Amino acid sequence: MPVRKSFLFILRRPPHGGIHAQEALDIILTTAAFDQTVRLLFIDDGVFQLQRDQRPETIDFKHIAPIFGALELYDIEELWVEEESLRERGIKVERLIMPVRLVARCDLAALMEVQDVVVSC
Amino acid sequence: MPALHVVCRSPQESQALTQCLTRAGEGDVVLLSENGVYAALVDSVASAPIRAESPQRVVYVLMPDCEARGILAEEILPGVAAVDYDGFVDLAVRFPIIHCWS
Repeated sequence: MPVRKSFLFILRRPPHGGIHAQEALDIILTTAAFDQTVRLLFIDDGVFQLQRDQRPETIDFKHIAPIFGALELYDIEELWVEEESLRERGIKVERLIMPVRLVARCDLAALMEVQDVVVSC
Repeated sequence: MPALHVVCRSPQESQALTQCLTRAGEGDVVLLSENGVYAALVDSVASAPIRAESPQRVVYVLMPDCEARGILAEEILPGVAAVDYDGFVDLAVRFPIIHCWS
């Protein structure tokens, strides 16, 4: 009987300028493909990954943002974004590619506490 | 000799921008590129060091890197000048010293 665990992936890196964001998505999709409960949390520069209007083809980079729109197909429905990270960067929720759940910085510890596995990406 | 300082790290991931600004001389200019362009976001707390500089220092931002990241022209701090790749080349030719803060 396979064990179903809850995973929380914490994304802290900006979308371009390295392979981190792309590699993280690969790990996330693989985890979801194994029927695990997957939640994503965007903090710090990770919130830039959800920025609307990205056109990375301008600099010959891969467009990873649309993949977030397809996460529902993998039963990944909980995308959490830290409110303070958005505010500090002057990004409004309307500027994100999709609806997200907002979490306050003071509640992050509680969100992590209820997971079986926390992965930093 | 005046220098062109190229800052290519995110201001919230690295101290490169402030480390650069404290060293830049009079007549030097700063170009924000790659993840460095996030420092030009008008409502970001990380654009404070650039606000404090202007109008004394000329700061440029590389537009293709903004477009790639979904930063719209109207979201760029007023006073920061947009350049394309041709503008980048012009700057590189104009300044005998180029210092990259990576």
